[in-house]
Amino acid sequence: MKKSLAPAMAIAIIALFALSACNRQSPASFQKHLQEQLIGAKPGAIIELPEGKFQFDRTLSLTVDKVTIRGRGMDKTILSFAGQKEGASGLLVKANDFEIADLAIEDSAGDGLSIQGGHNITVRRVRVEWTRGPNTANGPYAIYPAECTNVLVEDSVARGAADAGFYIGQSDNVVMRRNRSEYNVDGYEVENAQHVDVYDNVAVHNSGGIGVFNLPDLPKQGGKFVRVFRNQVYENNTPNFAPKSLGPIYYLPTGTGMYVMAINNVEIFQNKIHDNNTTNLYVIQYNEGIGDPIKDKRFRPFTEQVYFHDNEISGGGKVPDLRLDDVKAVSQAAGGALPDVLYDGVVAPEILAARKGPNPAQICLANNGSFTFLNLDAGKGFKHPVRDVKAYRCTLPAQEQVSIPQIAGGASSAAVGGR
Amino acid sequence: MSLPNAARDAMRVASVALVVLVSLFTFKGCGKPAESPVRSFVDEPFPKKLSEWHLFVRESALSQPNQRVLPYDLNTPLFSDYASKYRFVWLPAGASAKYREDSVFDFPVGTVFVKSFAFPANGDSTKERFVETRLLVHSKSGWVGLPYIWNTGQTEATLELVPDPVHIRYVDSSGKHRDFTYFIPNANECKQCHDNERVMLPIGPKARNLNKDFLYADGAENQLARWTKIGYLQGAPSPEALPKVARWDVPSSGTLEARARAYLDNNCAHCHQPGGTGGYTALDLRIASSDPKALGQCKSPNSAGRIGSLTYDLIPGYPEESILLARMESTRPKEMMPQIGRSVVHEEGVALIREWIRSLPGEGISCAQSASR
Repeated sequence: MKKSLAPAMAIAIIALFALSACNRQSPASFQKHLQEQLIGAKPGAIIELPEGKFQFDRTLSLTVDKVTIRGRGMDKTILSFAGQKEGASGLLVKANDFEIADLAIEDSAGDGLSIQGGHNITVRRVRVEWTRGPNTANGPYAIYPAECTNVLVEDSVARGAADAGFYIGQSDNVVMRRNRSEYNVDGYEVENAQHVDVYDNVAVHNSGGIGVFNLPDLPKQGGKFVRVFRNQVYENNTPNFAPKSLGPIYYLPTGTGMYVMAINNVEIFQNKIHDNNTTNLYVIQYNEGIGDPIKDKRFRPFTEQVYFHDNEISGGGKVPDLRLDDVKAVSQAAGGALPDVLYDGVVAPEILAARKGPNPAQICLANNGSFTFLNLDAGKGFKHPVRDVKAYRCTLPAQEQVSIPQIAGGASSAAVGGR
Repeated sequence: MSLPNAARDAMRVASVALVVLVSLFTFKGCGKPAESPVRSFVDEPFPKKLSEWHLFVRESALSQPNQRVLPYDLNTPLFSDYASKYRFVWLPAGASAKYREDSVFDFPVGTVFVKSFAFPANGDSTKERFVETRLLVHSKSGWVGLPYIWNTGQTEATLELVPDPVHIRYVDSSGKHRDFTYFIPNANECKQCHDNERVMLPIGPKARNLNKDFLYADGAENQLARWTKIGYLQGAPSPEALPKVARWDVPSSGTLEARARAYLDNNCAHCHQPGGTGGYTALDLRIASSDPKALGQCKSPNSAGRIGSLTYDLIPGYPEESILLARMESTRPKEMMPQIGRSVVHEEGVALIREWIRSLPGEGISCAQSASR
């Protein structure tokens, strides 16, 4: 291997010199040239970007279907939007059959990579970062596909987003895998989306690790059928730096490992979740305090049928985020530290009426080893909090694996070991 | 550098149109060959030079529209950095648009909309300098936006898919210094406003916005009546039966509410409607939108958020706490609206929307209270 590499390296280096020579053009002209390429691209085009750091002061956009944008590596081809003058996004894509790989987008005014309304979207080995680190003025989302179907986001990195590093919203059929999210407010967000697999990712040093939820007032409602598995979610204790104007995310307690809110049919398994200082898993209803009064008749604020099993979970809740009144109250009531798993215990009236027993919402926690638990009984005035997890040891049917055309044979055949 | 006075005024103030007519005759009298008719291009490649379309009698600086190139304007237009805008429409011979009450008319393939943008010349605000002429062409494969950029000599405009920004500097007629970078939208950015569900459409030429008198060379006439008369439009009811939006800056044309809603309809709603670029935020600022929440009242911006410490798109009675107004007042790319096509704050538009939000009654109080928690 070593022997055969040498000539290849020599060729690569020559190519590199040749490239850097022909790319010695003014930043403005590189920007202009690339935007022209994106506008003039024909379906099937592969746009190769050379190694180097390139300056952009306007949103770059693509609307042609079946285009691939490919750099030379997420640390080698860097599109920098520092000092952006026009547009909010870095790269804005409204196209089908889009693929982007091996490059970085840095310091955009708003979202880094925004992909809206496309089918068959692939993001591979892309880094999106705000290079000054956590800062309230950073753009909200690093990688932001919204209203898309068949989405694959893999082997990518997000840092510094003032809302979420990896976001998927109002979309259907999504796989997010093998990504690394750090120093964002939220590591991963699955918002109003269905048929989503989130696996083999790392979420570390964010304010929160992975959130799976629905919000009212968005055109697409009813996100569900989400699987979150084999992720490592630890030490997400970076103080929440979201601006208040971003709404719900401002109210995400620093130190939340995972949270599940206003959604049903979520399966969370085989994750390693530890040392998240407010709690490792927070199962809650949508609380009007974090957003708007609910007027959206399509929206249900309740959380049901969460199947949390076979996870390794430890060390959560040691230093809860007392910035938030709600957490402060809960922490005081609980005597300071919070448990690994915190459940607000709020159950929809119709579910209460229809299903008796201690766990009508079917929040099932099975085979997770030893961990601490607290049901706050928030629905009945915090009168009967429950620390014993026994009533929550139940199982639910497994969610189906997500199938997208980008991955032959479906998401991960090895995913569901032992079930 | 600047336009011949007569030509500029003809476009600017239609009352001088007679002069144009006279000069037109003069041309013919001089024995110059009559301008060849408009050439329509409905497929790629589109001409590199604006003059190849023969939209104007003389290629230089848009002096006089060619035959059947009909000028028009709108009750309430989109604000574009205080640029003067000159609009024309041309339809192929024998073709006509089909009337629609609420949306843009159904224009035939071959239709060309022309919009030229000019600013007062630096050092002489009585003269104007053309920066760009945008064509919106109904090609065989749908509408396409073609930005033509004027040269410094103002003799020709060239198609540029990614135009460079232009530095604009002048003193306006009220003595106000303007100095800013004017971003000419690129061909993709055209779509950002003109697309709905990825289908590109014109925005302005709707019945309610065209329903007004225009001072043509041969006298004033309702635009839709004229379009009908020359065969450009079929199926329009009589002018009295036509919908009409207020003129945002003419108080006698409508109530504060009507003028503000007309402004939002034509400055925001192309994106902020279902299927538009901002559709995913569920804000719907079309004139027909009536759900208070869809209009932003006590609505959190969800994932589109981010401006200062503000929490709601619109808080009735509280303009300074409304994100909608803050975005209009901002020129920071991350928070401003519209995101493209504006570098300067539209002070008069801001004043109108501020007054409107302040006038709004109702549940505003409770949402303001929860906002200030």
